[in-house]
Amino acid sequence: MAHIKVPENLPGILGPMAISPESTKALRELVEVLLRGPNTLTPAEREMIATYASSQNDCRFCQLSHGAAAAEHLGGNYELIDRIKQNFDTAEISEKLKALLAIAGKVQKGGKHVTGEDVERARQRGATDKEIHDTVLIAAAFSMFNRYVDGLGTWQPTDPKAYREMGKTMAEVGYVRPNWEEKTSDQPVEAA
Amino acid sequence: MPHIQLPEGLPGIRGPMVFSPETTRPLCDLVQVLLTGPHTLTPAEREMIATYVSSQNDCIYCQSCHGSTAAQHLGGSDADYELIAQIKQNYQATPISAKMKALLAIAGNVQKGGKHVTPEDINRARQVGATDKEIHDTVLIAAAFCMFNRYVDGLATWQPRDPEIYREIGKQTSQLGYVGRDYKKPLQAIADAQVKVEA
Repeated sequence: MAHIKVPENLPGILGPMAISPESTKALRELVEVLLRGPNTLTPAEREMIATYASSQNDCRFCQLSHGAAAAEHLGGNYELIDRIKQNFDTAEISEKLKALLAIAGKVQKGGKHVTGEDVERARQRGATDKEIHDTVLIAAAFSMFNRYVDGLGTWQPTDPKAYREMGKTMAEVGYVRPNWEEKTSDQPVEAA
Repeated sequence: MPHIQLPEGLPGIRGPMVFSPETTRPLCDLVQVLLTGPHTLTPAEREMIATYVSSQNDCIYCQSCHGSTAAQHLGGSDADYELIAQIKQNYQATPISAKMKALLAIAGNVQKGGKHVTPEDINRARQVGATDKEIHDTVLIAAAFCMFNRYVDGLATWQPRDPEIYREIGKQTSQLGYVGRDYKKPLQAIADAQVKVEA
């Protein structure tokens, strides 16, 4: 049970979002521009950064939902996402993305952990200033989202299959339009 | 020197904010909703939560800006600034309310990681009068500053040490809030001190 009263049938962040529409609007717009706005990094790559940071923070809801979004962007490649969470250096992703994930992992520990060498390595592999900026902000934003979700003790389904539908909607529709948390009465999000 | 090329002369988060206007808009909307406007927690109390978390994250820029904004909301006297300094050091020993102490304890646990918040932390806050909305907002403010602090430090932004700069920022922010501001505008205290960005 969550630490505060939230709608019971909404998993993860959707519970607290339902009781706080003003902050929710800003949070949704932030994640929409970060993960789906015009960018030289694909939505799949940005979802991978979000997933990896969430996995390092051990936030089940965020890593499974954003992992599903990343996989759905790639036509359902869930195996790749699992490999990235376990050891991204051996996964079939670009050298640039590996360098960006290394930066994201440092941001997750704390901003000061990012070194000049981390940034230089990403640049040598072709990362632009905007890509480095966005990687830092995505990893930072998920250090917020993960704490929001876990800090309120929200209900987080354990079955990865429960996240597939969510991932499809996140990949296809995005974050601003679905208004999940307003569908509590007629369209509850199923646990599994 | 910052990790990426940012506009010069802008301290802390202002460099990346000007660099990336499309993300700045929702970030400003978020902090405006969380820290300003009508609420059962005063703007000063919410700025104290932001300041305490930023101090636990060792982010010089954020703890100085939001600490100064909190002090300005309280009147801006030396005693107000001293109270903020004491909250950062040991809030239990300060004359703030028992409810604020319980909320700061929750914020401190959010800073360590969401799973550190226990039902006992929540019960303690409820027993001293905290509402669900106050607990929700405390968790989200603390979480948001774990983002802002990482954004500011993760890009190695310029963070001046001169307290006069933060006094000016605190005065402006306590009066104007966070949205609809021109963050490109140079700060007078920076010009006065002739502080230069180190190459």
